[in-house]
Amino acid sequence: MSTAVLYDEPGPKARRRSLIGTVVAVVAFAVILYLGYRRLEERGQFDSDLWYPLLNPTDPQFRLVWERLAEGLMATLVAAALAIVFSLTIGTVLGVGRLMLGRLGRIPLVAGIELFRGLPVIVTIFYVYALKNHFKADISWLPGEDGLWYLVLGLTIYNSVIIAEILRAGVNSLPSGQAEAGLAIGLTPRQTMVAIQLPQAFRTMLPALISQLVVILKDTSLVAVLGLYTELLRRGNLISQVLDNPLQVLFVVALIFILINYGLSRLATFAERRLSTRTAGAPATTSAVPGAGAATGL
Amino acid sequence: MDAVYDNLDLFWSGFLRSLGICLWGMAGSLVLGTLIAAFRVSPIPALRWFGTAWVTLIRNCPLTVVLFMFAFGLPELGINVSYYLFGVSALVLYTSAFVCEAIRSGINSVQLGQAEAARAIGLTFGQTLGQVILPQALRSSLPPLGSVIIAMFKNSALVGAFGVGGDLWGVGNQLTSAQGYDALPVFTGVAIGYLCITLPAAALLATVERKVAIAR
Repeated sequence: MSTAVLYDEPGPKARRRSLIGTVVAVVAFAVILYLGYRRLEERGQFDSDLWYPLLNPTDPQFRLVWERLAEGLMATLVAAALAIVFSLTIGTVLGVGRLMLGRLGRIPLVAGIELFRGLPVIVTIFYVYALKNHFKADISWLPGEDGLWYLVLGLTIYNSVIIAEILRAGVNSLPSGQAEAGLAIGLTPRQTMVAIQLPQAFRTMLPALISQLVVILKDTSLVAVLGLYTELLRRGNLISQVLDNPLQVLFVVALIFILINYGLSRLATFAERRLSTRTAGAPATTSAVPGAGAATGL
Repeated sequence: MDAVYDNLDLFWSGFLRSLGICLWGMAGSLVLGTLIAAFRVSPIPALRWFGTAWVTLIRNCPLTVVLFMFAFGLPELGINVSYYLFGVSALVLYTSAFVCEAIRSGINSVQLGQAEAARAIGLTFGQTLGQVILPQALRSSLPPLGSVIIAMFKNSALVGAFGVGGDLWGVGNQLTSAQGYDALPVFTGVAIGYLCITLPAAALLATVERKVAIAR
Protein backbone atom coordinates (compact mmCIF):
# COMPACT_ATOMS: atom_id res chain seq x y z
CA MET A 1 0.00 0.00 0.00
CA SER A 2 1.48 3.33 -0.91
CA THR A 3 1.18 6.00 1.74
CA ALA A 4 -0.65 8.26 -0.69
CA VAL A 5 -3.73 6.13 -0.12
CA LEU A 6 -3.95 7.41 3.43
CA TYR A 7 -5.19 10.78 2.25
CA ASP A 8 -7.17 12.19 -0.66
CA GLU A 9 -5.71 13.96 -3.62
CA PRO A 10 -5.29 17.33 -1.88
CA GLY A 11 -7.85 20.01 -2.67
CA PRO A 12 -7.18 23.76 -2.28
CA LYS A 13 -7.74 23.69 1.49
CA ALA A 14 -5.60 20.61 2.07
CA ARG A 15 -2.90 22.02 -0.18
CA ARG A 16 -2.83 25.19 1.91
CA ARG A 17 -2.65 23.16 5.12
CA SER A 18 0.11 20.99 3.72
CA LEU A 19 2.00 24.09 2.59
CA ILE A 20 1.76 25.58 6.08
CA GLY A 21 2.90 22.26 7.54
CA THR A 22 5.82 22.11 5.13
CA VAL A 23 6.87 25.66 5.99
CA VAL A 24 6.64 24.96 9.74
CA ALA A 25 8.60 21.72 9.36
CA VAL A 26 11.29 23.29 7.18
CA VAL A 27 11.64 26.24 9.55
CA ALA A 28 11.88 23.86 12.52
CA PHE A 29 14.59 21.77 10.81
CA ALA A 30 16.41 24.93 9.76
CA VAL A 31 16.39 26.23 13.34
CA ILE A 32 17.68 22.90 14.68
CA LEU A 33 20.37 22.74 12.00
CA TYR A 34 21.35 26.35 12.66
CA LEU A 35 21.59 25.77 16.42
CA GLY A 36 23.77 22.71 15.75
CA TYR A 37 25.90 24.73 13.35
CA ARG A 38 26.26 27.58 15.87
CA ARG A 39 27.35 25.14 18.55
CA LEU A 40 29.92 23.55 16.22
CA GLU A 41 31.15 26.98 15.19
CA GLU A 42 31.45 28.25 18.77
CA ARG A 43 33.42 25.18 19.71
CA GLY A 44 35.75 25.70 16.76
CA GLN A 45 34.78 22.41 15.13
CA PHE A 46 35.05 23.92 11.65
CA ASP A 47 38.69 24.92 12.19
CA SER A 48 40.84 24.00 9.27
CA ASP A 49 43.42 22.15 11.34
CA LEU A 50 40.69 19.71 12.40
CA TRP A 51 39.40 19.09 8.87
CA TYR A 52 42.42 19.55 6.59
CA PRO A 53 44.17 16.28 7.45
CA LEU A 54 41.00 14.56 6.18
CA LEU A 55 39.91 16.80 3.33
CA ASN A 56 42.82 18.81 1.97
CA PRO A 57 45.22 16.76 -0.20
CA THR A 58 47.95 19.36 0.27
CA ASP A 59 47.91 18.92 4.04
CA PRO A 60 51.12 17.13 5.14
CA GLN A 61 49.16 14.55 7.14
CA PHE A 62 46.50 13.90 4.49
CA ARG A 63 48.33 11.01 2.81
CA LEU A 64 49.21 9.24 6.03
CA VAL A 65 45.71 9.63 7.47
CA TRP A 66 44.05 8.15 4.42
CA GLU A 67 46.61 5.35 4.16
CA ARG A 68 45.78 4.43 7.74
CA LEU A 69 42.03 4.65 7.08
CA ALA A 70 42.43 2.46 3.98
CA GLU A 71 44.30 -0.10 6.12
CA GLY A 72 41.44 -0.02 8.60
CA LEU A 73 38.84 -0.42 5.86
CA MET A 74 40.82 -3.33 4.42
CA ALA A 75 40.92 -4.97 7.86
CA THR A 76 37.16 -4.52 8.19
CA LEU A 77 36.48 -5.97 4.74
CA VAL A 78 38.78 -8.95 5.30
CA ALA A 79 37.10 -9.78 8.59
CA ALA A 80 33.62 -9.41 7.08
CA ALA A 81 34.53 -11.54 4.04
CA LEU A 82 35.99 -14.34 6.16
CA ALA A 83 33.02 -14.20 8.52
CA ILE A 84 30.44 -14.41 5.72
CA VAL A 85 32.23 -17.34 4.03
CA PHE A 86 32.50 -19.32 7.27
CA SER A 87 28.95 -18.41 8.31
CA LEU A 88 27.54 -19.50 4.96
CA THR A 89 29.36 -22.82 5.09
CA ILE A 90 28.54 -23.68 8.69
CA GLY A 91 25.08 -22.14 8.44
CA THR A 92 24.21 -24.34 5.45
CA VAL A 93 25.32 -27.46 7.32
CA LEU A 94 23.33 -26.46 10.41
CA GLY A 95 20.24 -25.50 8.43
CA VAL A 96 20.24 -28.74 6.41
CA GLY A 97 20.88 -30.67 9.61
CA ARG A 98 17.89 -29.11 11.27
CA LEU A 99 15.73 -30.02 8.28
CA MET A 100 16.97 -33.54 7.71
CA LEU A 101 17.91 -34.97 11.10
CA GLY A 102 15.51 -37.17 12.99
CA ARG A 103 13.86 -35.92 16.13
CA LEU A 104 16.64 -37.15 18.43
CA GLY A 105 19.43 -35.52 16.51
CA ARG A 106 17.46 -32.34 16.07
CA ILE A 107 16.97 -31.56 19.74
CA PRO A 108 20.61 -30.67 20.58
CA LEU A 109 20.91 -28.82 17.28
CA VAL A 110 17.83 -26.69 17.90
CA ALA A 111 18.93 -26.04 21.48
CA GLY A 112 22.33 -24.89 20.25
CA ILE A 113 20.79 -22.65 17.59
CA GLU A 114 18.40 -21.01 20.06
CA LEU A 115 21.20 -20.57 22.60
CA PHE A 116 23.65 -18.85 20.27
CA ARG A 117 20.89 -16.76 18.71
CA GLY A 118 20.21 -15.23 22.11
CA LEU A 119 23.80 -14.20 22.82
CA PRO A 120 25.05 -10.68 22.07
CA VAL A 121 27.74 -10.81 19.37
CA ILE A 122 30.15 -8.80 21.48
CA VAL A 123 29.88 -11.48 24.14
CA THR A 124 30.67 -14.26 21.67
CA ILE A 125 33.67 -12.32 20.34
CA PHE A 126 35.04 -11.77 23.82
CA TYR A 127 34.24 -15.36 24.73
CA VAL A 128 36.38 -16.67 21.88
CA TYR A 129 39.20 -14.49 23.22
CA ALA A 130 38.67 -15.75 26.78
CA LEU A 131 38.49 -19.33 25.55
CA LYS A 132 41.78 -18.98 23.70
CA ASN A 133 43.49 -17.51 26.76
CA HIS A 134 42.04 -20.08 29.12
CA PHE A 135 43.31 -23.02 27.13
CA LYS A 136 46.43 -21.11 26.09
CA ALA A 137 45.71 -22.17 22.53
CA ASP A 138 48.30 -21.11 20.01
CA ILE A 139 46.63 -19.62 16.97
CA SER A 140 49.65 -17.77 15.65
CA TRP A 141 49.87 -20.25 12.77
CA LEU A 142 46.70 -18.71 11.35
CA PRO A 143 47.30 -15.92 8.85
CA GLY A 144 46.75 -12.40 10.15
CA GLU A 145 46.68 -11.08 13.71
CA ASP A 146 45.10 -13.04 16.52
CA GLY A 147 42.49 -10.30 16.92
CA LEU A 148 41.17 -10.97 13.43
CA TRP A 149 40.30 -14.53 14.42
CA TYR A 150 38.55 -13.59 17.65
CA LEU A 151 36.38 -11.29 15.58
CA VAL A 152 35.81 -13.72 12.70
CA LEU A 153 35.01 -16.67 14.98
CA GLY A 154 32.74 -14.56 17.19
CA LEU A 155 30.86 -13.28 14.16
CA THR A 156 30.70 -16.77 12.66
CA ILE A 157 29.18 -18.33 15.78
CA TYR A 158 26.30 -15.87 15.74
CA ASN A 159 25.76 -15.47 12.00
CA SER A 160 25.99 -19.13 11.00
CA VAL A 161 23.04 -19.73 13.31
CA ILE A 162 21.12 -16.87 11.71
CA ILE A 163 21.95 -18.08 8.19
CA ALA A 164 20.85 -21.60 9.15
CA GLU A 165 17.47 -20.15 10.10
CA ILE A 166 17.27 -18.08 6.91
CA LEU A 167 17.98 -21.17 4.81
CA ARG A 168 15.53 -23.31 6.71
CA ALA A 169 12.84 -20.70 6.12
CA GLY A 170 13.82 -20.64 2.45
CA VAL A 171 13.52 -24.41 2.05
CA ASN A 172 10.24 -24.46 3.97
CA SER A 173 8.81 -21.73 1.74
CA LEU A 174 9.28 -23.86 -1.38
CA PRO A 175 6.16 -25.57 -2.71
CA SER A 176 6.08 -29.13 -1.36
CA GLY A 177 5.80 -30.41 -4.91
CA GLN A 178 9.49 -29.67 -5.43
CA ALA A 179 10.68 -32.20 -2.86
CA GLU A 180 7.94 -34.66 -3.82
CA ALA A 181 8.96 -34.53 -7.48
CA GLY A 182 12.57 -35.16 -6.50
CA LEU A 183 11.63 -38.19 -4.44
CA ALA A 184 9.25 -39.41 -7.15
CA ILE A 185 12.00 -39.59 -9.78
CA GLY A 186 14.03 -41.73 -7.42
CA LEU A 187 16.43 -39.27 -5.78
CA THR A 188 17.33 -39.95 -2.17
CA PRO A 189 16.22 -37.34 0.39
CA ARG A 190 19.79 -36.05 0.53
CA GLN A 191 20.03 -35.74 -3.25
CA THR A 192 16.68 -33.96 -3.30
CA MET A 193 17.96 -31.50 -0.72
CA VAL A 194 21.27 -30.82 -2.48
CA ALA A 195 20.10 -30.83 -6.09
CA ILE A 196 16.59 -29.41 -5.85
CA GLN A 197 15.73 -27.66 -2.59
CA LEU A 198 18.97 -25.92 -1.58
CA PRO A 199 19.68 -24.18 -4.92
CA GLN A 200 16.19 -22.71 -4.94
CA ALA A 201 16.35 -21.78 -1.29
CA PHE A 202 19.64 -19.94 -1.87
CA ARG A 203 18.07 -18.02 -4.73
CA THR A 204 14.96 -16.94 -2.86
CA MET A 205 17.06 -16.11 0.19
CA LEU A 206 19.62 -14.04 -1.69
CA PRO A 207 18.20 -10.67 -0.54
CA ALA A 208 18.13 -11.81 3.09
CA LEU A 209 21.66 -13.13 2.77
CA ILE A 210 22.91 -9.82 1.38
CA SER A 211 21.17 -8.03 4.26
CA GLN A 212 22.99 -10.32 6.65
CA LEU A 213 26.24 -9.20 5.03
CA VAL A 214 25.33 -5.63 6.00
CA VAL A 215 24.81 -6.81 9.58
CA ILE A 216 28.18 -8.58 9.60
CA LEU A 217 29.93 -5.54 8.18
CA LYS A 218 28.41 -3.35 10.89
CA ASP A 219 29.22 -5.87 13.60
CA THR A 220 32.93 -5.95 12.74
CA SER A 221 33.12 -2.56 14.45
CA LEU A 222 32.09 -4.13 17.79
CA VAL A 223 35.63 -5.28 18.29
CA ALA A 224 36.74 -1.62 18.45
CA VAL A 225 35.20 -1.43 21.92
CA LEU A 226 37.26 -4.40 23.07
CA GLY A 227 40.38 -3.08 21.37
CA LEU A 228 41.39 -6.52 20.13
CA TYR A 229 41.67 -5.77 16.41
CA THR A 230 42.39 -2.57 14.51
CA GLU A 231 39.57 -2.32 11.99
CA LEU A 232 38.16 0.86 10.49
CA LEU A 233 36.52 2.30 13.61
CA ARG A 234 39.41 1.58 15.96
CA ARG A 235 41.82 2.91 13.35
CA GLY A 236 39.73 6.08 13.16
CA ASN A 237 39.70 6.30 16.94
CA LEU A 238 43.50 6.04 17.06
CA ILE A 239 43.84 8.70 14.36
CA SER A 240 41.52 11.05 16.22
CA GLN A 241 43.58 10.64 19.38
CA VAL A 242 46.63 11.90 17.52
CA LEU A 243 44.90 14.71 15.64
CA ASP A 244 42.51 15.49 18.51
CA ASN A 245 39.48 15.69 16.19
CA PRO A 246 37.08 12.85 17.14
CA LEU A 247 34.00 14.46 15.58
CA GLN A 248 35.63 14.93 12.20
CA VAL A 249 37.23 11.48 11.98
CA LEU A 250 34.09 9.72 13.23
CA PHE A 251 32.10 11.66 10.63
CA VAL A 252 34.32 10.26 7.87
CA VAL A 253 34.25 6.73 9.33
CA ALA A 254 30.45 6.84 9.59
CA LEU A 255 30.24 8.08 6.00
CA ILE A 256 32.38 5.17 4.74
CA PHE A 257 30.22 2.64 6.57
CA ILE A 258 26.99 4.27 5.39
CA LEU A 259 28.10 4.37 1.74
CA ILE A 260 29.15 0.71 1.66
CA ASN A 261 26.09 -0.52 3.54
CA TYR A 262 23.73 1.65 1.53
CA GLY A 263 25.19 0.15 -1.64
CA LEU A 264 24.67 -3.36 -0.26
CA SER A 265 21.10 -2.55 0.81
CA ARG A 266 20.33 -1.29 -2.67
CA LEU A 267 21.82 -4.49 -4.07
CA ALA A 268 19.52 -6.50 -1.78
CA THR A 269 16.48 -4.53 -2.95
CA PHE A 270 17.55 -4.97 -6.56
CA ALA A 271 18.03 -8.73 -6.10
CA GLU A 272 14.64 -8.98 -4.44
CA ARG A 273 12.90 -7.13 -7.25
CA ARG A 274 14.68 -9.17 -9.91
CA LEU A 275 13.90 -12.45 -8.22
CA SER A 276 10.28 -11.54 -7.70
CA THR A 277 9.85 -10.92 -11.41
CA ARG A 278 11.68 -14.11 -12.33
CA THR A 279 9.80 -16.31 -9.92
CA ALA A 280 6.40 -14.92 -10.83
CA GLY A 281 4.95 -18.42 -10.82
CA ALA A 282 5.65 -18.88 -7.12
CA PRO A 283 5.05 -15.52 -5.48
CA ALA A 284 5.32 -14.53 -1.83
CA THR A 285 8.38 -16.68 -1.20
CA THR A 286 10.62 -13.97 0.13
CA SER A 287 8.02 -12.04 2.05
CA ALA A 288 7.03 -15.21 3.91
CA VAL A 289 10.40 -15.19 5.60
CA PRO A 290 11.20 -12.90 8.50
CA GLY A 291 14.32 -10.93 7.90
CA ALA A 292 14.01 -11.03 4.14
CA GLY A 293 13.98 -7.71 2.40
CA ALA A 294 16.48 -4.94 2.39
CA ALA A 295 18.68 -4.51 5.43
CA THR A 296 16.23 -5.32 8.16
CA GLY A 297 18.88 -6.67 10.46
CA LEU A 298 20.18 -4.76 13.44
CA MET B 1 32.52 -21.65 38.07
CA ASP B 2 33.35 -20.64 41.67
CA ALA B 3 33.94 -17.16 40.32
CA VAL B 4 30.21 -16.95 39.59
CA TYR B 5 28.91 -18.70 42.73
CA ASP B 6 31.06 -16.57 45.03
CA ASN B 7 29.77 -13.36 43.48
CA LEU B 8 26.15 -14.13 42.81
CA ASP B 9 24.98 -10.92 44.52
CA LEU B 10 27.30 -8.91 42.29
CA PHE B 11 25.96 -10.67 39.20
CA TRP B 12 22.40 -10.05 40.37
CA SER B 13 22.97 -6.30 40.70
CA GLY B 14 24.70 -6.31 37.31
CA PHE B 15 21.78 -8.17 35.82
CA LEU B 16 19.33 -5.59 37.18
CA ARG B 17 21.37 -2.72 35.78
CA SER B 18 21.60 -4.41 32.36
CA LEU B 19 17.87 -5.00 32.45
CA GLY B 20 17.45 -1.30 33.24
CA ILE B 21 19.45 -0.33 30.15
CA CYS B 22 17.28 -2.67 28.07
CA LEU B 23 14.00 -1.28 29.42
CA TRP B 24 15.01 2.38 29.03
CA GLY B 25 16.22 1.57 25.53
CA MET B 26 12.96 -0.15 24.72
CA ALA B 27 10.79 2.69 26.02
CA GLY B 28 12.84 5.37 24.29
CA SER B 29 13.18 3.64 20.94
CA LEU B 30 9.48 2.73 20.79
CA VAL B 31 8.47 6.38 21.35
CA LEU B 32 11.06 7.83 18.98
CA GLY B 33 10.55 5.11 16.36
CA THR B 34 6.78 5.60 16.31
CA LEU B 35 7.30 9.33 15.87
CA ILE B 36 9.68 8.79 12.93
CA ALA B 37 7.24 6.27 11.42
CA ALA B 38 4.49 8.90 11.66
CA PHE B 39 6.84 11.30 9.86
CA ARG B 40 7.46 8.74 7.12
CA VAL B 41 3.77 8.35 6.24
CA SER B 42 2.71 11.95 6.88
CA PRO B 43 1.10 14.09 4.15
CA ILE B 44 3.82 16.71 4.57
CA PRO B 45 6.72 15.99 2.17
CA ALA B 46 9.38 17.66 4.33
CA LEU B 47 8.58 15.32 7.23
CA ARG B 48 8.62 12.31 4.91
CA TRP B 49 12.08 13.27 3.62
CA PHE B 50 13.33 13.76 7.14
CA GLY B 51 12.03 10.32 8.13
CA THR B 52 13.58 8.66 5.09
CA ALA B 53 16.94 10.35 5.63
CA TRP B 54 16.90 9.40 9.33
CA VAL B 55 16.23 5.73 8.59
CA THR B 56 18.70 5.47 5.69
CA LEU B 57 21.55 7.12 7.58
CA ILE B 58 21.12 5.41 10.92
CA ARG B 59 20.29 1.96 9.62
CA ASN B 60 23.50 1.79 7.61
CA CYS B 61 25.75 3.10 10.36
CA PRO B 62 27.07 0.64 12.97
CA LEU B 63 25.77 1.14 16.51
CA THR B 64 29.37 1.25 17.67
CA VAL B 65 30.01 4.32 15.50
CA VAL B 66 26.86 6.02 16.85
CA LEU B 67 28.02 5.21 20.36
CA PHE B 68 31.52 6.60 19.73
CA MET B 69 29.99 9.77 18.28
CA PHE B 70 27.97 10.25 21.45
CA ALA B 71 30.74 9.40 23.86
CA PHE B 72 33.70 11.07 22.11
CA GLY B 73 31.99 13.58 19.79
CA LEU B 74 29.44 15.27 22.03
CA PRO B 75 31.96 16.22 24.77
CA GLU B 76 33.71 18.24 22.04
CA LEU B 77 30.51 20.27 21.85
CA GLY B 78 30.53 20.80 25.58
CA ILE B 79 27.85 18.20 26.21
CA ASN B 80 29.00 16.09 29.11
CA VAL B 81 26.64 13.61 30.70
CA SER B 82 27.24 10.19 32.21
CA TYR B 83 28.26 7.26 30.01
CA TYR B 84 25.02 5.63 31.04
CA LEU B 85 23.00 8.43 29.46
CA PHE B 86 25.25 8.56 26.38
CA GLY B 87 24.95 4.80 25.98
CA VAL B 88 21.18 4.65 26.35
CA SER B 89 20.73 7.65 24.02
CA ALA B 90 22.87 6.03 21.32
CA LEU B 91 20.91 2.80 21.72
CA VAL B 92 17.59 4.65 21.46
CA LEU B 93 18.67 6.66 18.43
CA TYR B 94 19.99 3.60 16.60
CA THR B 95 17.04 1.34 17.40
CA SER B 96 14.47 4.01 16.51
CA ALA B 97 15.28 3.60 12.80
CA PHE B 98 14.51 -0.12 12.98
CA VAL B 99 11.37 0.40 15.08
CA CYS B 100 10.20 2.91 12.46
CA GLU B 101 10.68 0.38 9.66
CA ALA B 102 8.91 -2.36 11.61
CA ILE B 103 5.89 -0.12 12.18
CA ARG B 104 5.93 1.08 8.59
CA SER B 105 6.01 -2.49 7.29
CA GLY B 106 2.90 -3.07 9.41
CA ILE B 107 1.17 -0.04 7.92
CA ASN B 108 2.10 -1.27 4.45
CA SER B 109 0.59 -4.67 5.15
CA VAL B 110 -2.88 -3.21 5.76
CA GLN B 111 -4.92 -3.69 2.63
CA LEU B 112 -5.55 -0.76 0.37
CA GLY B 113 -9.32 -1.10 0.63
CA GLN B 114 -9.21 -0.33 4.37
CA ALA B 115 -7.78 3.14 3.86
CA GLU B 116 -9.98 3.74 0.84
CA ALA B 117 -13.08 2.75 2.77
CA ALA B 118 -12.09 4.99 5.68
CA ARG B 119 -11.63 7.92 3.35
CA ALA B 120 -14.83 7.11 1.49
CA ILE B 121 -16.89 7.49 4.67
CA GLY B 122 -15.21 10.84 5.23
CA LEU B 123 -12.60 10.17 7.92
CA THR B 124 -9.71 12.63 8.08
CA PHE B 125 -6.05 11.59 7.81
CA GLY B 126 -5.72 11.46 11.58
CA GLN B 127 -8.87 9.39 11.97
CA THR B 128 -7.94 7.07 9.13
CA LEU B 129 -4.54 6.44 10.67
CA GLY B 130 -5.62 6.30 14.30
CA GLN B 131 -8.86 4.34 14.07
CA VAL B 132 -8.54 2.18 10.98
CA ILE B 133 -4.95 1.66 9.88
CA LEU B 134 -2.87 1.64 13.07
CA PRO B 135 -4.98 -0.84 15.08
CA GLN B 136 -4.54 -3.34 12.26
CA ALA B 137 -0.97 -2.30 11.46
CA LEU B 138 0.23 -2.71 15.05
CA ARG B 139 -0.90 -6.33 15.04
CA SER B 140 1.09 -7.21 11.96
CA SER B 141 4.08 -5.13 12.99
CA LEU B 142 4.28 -6.92 16.32
CA PRO B 143 6.49 -9.82 15.10
CA PRO B 144 9.10 -7.59 13.41
CA LEU B 145 8.85 -5.10 16.28
CA GLY B 146 9.50 -7.90 18.74
CA SER B 147 12.59 -9.06 16.84
CA VAL B 148 13.86 -5.49 16.76
CA ILE B 149 13.44 -5.13 20.52
CA ILE B 150 15.15 -8.47 21.21
CA ALA B 151 18.03 -7.45 18.94
CA MET B 152 18.19 -4.21 20.92
CA PHE B 153 18.45 -6.17 24.17
CA LYS B 154 21.45 -7.93 22.68
CA ASN B 155 22.92 -4.66 21.44
CA SER B 156 22.66 -3.24 24.94
CA ALA B 157 25.64 -5.46 25.84
CA LEU B 158 27.73 -3.13 23.71
CA VAL B 159 26.75 -0.20 25.92
CA GLY B 160 27.93 -2.24 28.89
CA ALA B 161 31.19 -3.23 27.22
CA PHE B 162 31.79 0.42 26.46
CA GLY B 163 32.16 1.10 30.15
CA VAL B 164 28.90 2.08 31.79
CA GLY B 165 30.00 0.20 34.88
CA GLY B 166 27.94 -1.85 37.28
CA ASP B 167 26.06 -3.78 34.59
CA LEU B 168 26.67 -7.45 33.68
CA TRP B 169 29.65 -6.65 31.52
CA GLY B 170 31.02 -4.23 34.09
CA VAL B 171 30.77 -6.91 36.76
CA GLY B 172 32.62 -9.33 34.49
CA ASN B 173 35.30 -6.76 33.85
CA GLN B 174 35.67 -5.94 37.53
CA LEU B 175 36.01 -9.59 38.51
CA THR B 176 38.59 -10.38 35.84
CA SER B 177 40.75 -7.28 35.88
CA ALA B 178 40.52 -6.07 39.48
CA GLN B 179 40.07 -9.34 41.33
CA GLY B 180 42.02 -11.56 38.97
CA TYR B 181 39.44 -14.23 38.25
CA ASP B 182 39.80 -16.27 35.07
CA ALA B 183 37.82 -14.64 32.27
CA LEU B 184 36.24 -17.84 30.96
CA PRO B 185 33.96 -18.77 33.92
CA VAL B 186 33.22 -15.11 34.66
CA PHE B 187 32.07 -14.39 31.14
CA THR B 188 30.14 -17.64 31.04
CA GLY B 189 28.19 -16.06 33.89
CA VAL B 190 27.84 -12.83 31.93
CA ALA B 191 26.58 -14.77 28.89
CA ILE B 192 24.04 -16.62 31.04
CA GLY B 193 22.91 -13.27 32.42
CA TYR B 194 22.18 -11.97 28.93
CA LEU B 195 20.46 -15.22 27.98
CA CYS B 196 18.20 -14.69 31.01
CA ILE B 197 17.02 -11.51 29.28
CA THR B 198 16.86 -12.58 25.63
CA LEU B 199 15.47 -16.13 25.90
CA PRO B 200 12.39 -15.23 27.99
CA ALA B 201 11.83 -12.23 25.72
CA ALA B 202 11.91 -14.49 22.66
CA ALA B 203 9.52 -16.97 24.29
CA LEU B 204 7.17 -14.14 25.27
CA LEU B 205 7.25 -12.80 21.72
CA ALA B 206 6.41 -16.22 20.27
CA THR B 207 3.39 -16.49 22.61
CA VAL B 208 2.13 -12.99 21.86
CA GLU B 209 2.64 -13.60 18.14
CA ARG B 210 0.35 -16.62 18.27
CA LYS B 211 -2.24 -14.65 20.25
CA VAL B 212 -2.50 -11.67 17.91
CA ALA B 213 -2.08 -13.57 14.65
CA ILE B 214 -4.91 -12.67 12.30
CA ALA B 215 -5.92 -14.35 9.10
CA ARG B 216 -6.19 -11.99 6.19
